[in-house]
Amino acid sequence: MSLDKILSLMQTSLELGLISSLTVLALFLSYSMLNVCDLSTDGCYTLGAAVGTLVALSGHPWLSLPAAMLAGVISGGVTAVLQTRMGVQSLLAGIVVNTALYSVNLLLTGNKAQLSLNKTTTVFTIAKEGFKGTVLGDQYKLIVLLIVVVLIIVFLSLFLRTRLGLSIRATGSNADMVRSSSINPIFTTTVGLCVSNSFTALSGCLMAQQQKSFDINMASSGVLTVSLASLLIGGVFFGRNKSIPLRAIGAVLGAFIFRLVYALALRLHMPAFMLKAVSAIIVILAISGPYLKTQLGLLRRRRCAARGEEAS
Amino acid sequence: MLKLQNVSKTFHPGTPDARLALDRVNLHVKAGDFISIIGANGAGKSTLFNAICGSFFTDEGAIFLDGRNITMLPEHKRARMIGRLFQDPMRGSAPDMSIEENLALAAGRGGWFSHITAADRRAFRERLSLLGMGLEDRMRQPVGLLSGGQRQALTLLMATYNTPKLLLLDEHTAALDPGTAEKVLALTRSIVEEGHITCLMITHNMQSALDLGNRTLMMDRGRIIYDVTGEERAGLTVKDLTDKFRQASGRVLDNDRMLLEN
Repeated sequence: MSLDKILSLMQTSLELGLISSLTVLALFLSYSMLNVCDLSTDGCYTLGAAVGTLVALSGHPWLSLPAAMLAGVISGGVTAVLQTRMGVQSLLAGIVVNTALYSVNLLLTGNKAQLSLNKTTTVFTIAKEGFKGTVLGDQYKLIVLLIVVVLIIVFLSLFLRTRLGLSIRATGSNADMVRSSSINPIFTTTVGLCVSNSFTALSGCLMAQQQKSFDINMASSGVLTVSLASLLIGGVFFGRNKSIPLRAIGAVLGAFIFRLVYALALRLHMPAFMLKAVSAIIVILAISGPYLKTQLGLLRRRRCAARGEEAS
Repeated sequence: MLKLQNVSKTFHPGTPDARLALDRVNLHVKAGDFISIIGANGAGKSTLFNAICGSFFTDEGAIFLDGRNITMLPEHKRARMIGRLFQDPMRGSAPDMSIEENLALAAGRGGWFSHITAADRRAFRERLSLLGMGLEDRMRQPVGLLSGGQRQALTLLMATYNTPKLLLLDEHTAALDPGTAEKVLALTRSIVEEGHITCLMITHNMQSALDLGNRTLMMDRGRIIYDVTGEERAGLTVKDLTDKFRQASGRVLDNDRMLLEN
């Protein structure tokens, strides 16, 4: 592999990694902080892409980002209301919203499964014009994405230190304690899911603009599982005992590494359809690893006991 | 101060497991009272606390706190007036968050978007130093690193940070080793006395039930079967209490832990 190819591989991985890192940061909030596994992630990602694409097509490239985020807030709000006020189990609420979003997304696009952004002004084409002729002319996508991701990380780090942010973190850690601090955990869960889904939708919006097309099945690569895998990879670098900003950076790092490994695997002729299996295996290993480790220890002791020896 | 009128609660109603956990309980607590509550396992002591805190809504009856009917007030709103400690030291604080972050939530100062300020930190330091456990120098460490006794002391501080009208102690020293238990109990006493907090304490230790406070309740099968205060209480011994229990309930007090204590 030539240096040129390696660099272009790095650049693509970095771009895709930064885009999906927004979904990873969403899961960082909902899964790591709030302790809710939000299964509406795939649908919300596509929702953000649909809304972003439609707003960009209507001639408002900048507005597309906040519009997609707002759509995510609404979607997260619905999921939250279902699980906190209507007695639907947390996982089921996500699945139901995810299913409904498929119809909603097609409703928004006027029953078109694909939309092209080829001739449309997007945040990326604006950046391309802006950086034309400068040293950064080829890196315009990276710059846009870096700005967005840095802004989100800064926001998240500050937000999680506010009283509201603290109570969201405590809700996942000890809901009893939140109630005894006179805060309603229903409220904190709702806010947390709204914020996290706004990141997911933003992620989908940027992905559609980056690849210049919207596809109703664009999340079918398993956005949730891939992002969860990235989050868990990131946790290897900056785990639970690290500060929030570091852990958020770890999440972005995890997304990049996942994309890089995946791109390398494709180079080495791993068929593309293996992506889902690979991400599923990473999630399984990362979550069950610590459990299996203790089981292995028990197994060893059991064997020793069966042989009548003392455990070494 | 606190008034319970005919409060009843049945768990699993309409099933073979149906159990009357609170049976038309009437209780009138005066401001400044320190009441100890004893009774066998399953007598309804913790259920009584759950009813007062709003962990569930009672089936019947009314609960008043400071003249206000709180019977249907949700738990988190009652928490503004009621502090509570459990036997399990892990229940009162969030392990993944630092000491100062836990205290910030308990203090509840400022708006939703306020951060912990330098003034907050000074106030936390001052309060923490009262515990005499050196926690004031570990404010940025996660609470999960603390020992059970330290966590219970922190929970006590959190529950009383904004002086509550009512403090409910549910065997809050039972899971601690004797030395730590004594220390936490001494802290409890000084905080309660200083803030003139009305206090209800469940204990399995009959001696401390008599030593602490000014009134003792005995519960059995969801009812208060013996309520003693004043001079009668001053002359009571542990043996008198077990005799009272046998008289009132027709059974022997069968709490293993109580037997161990005596």
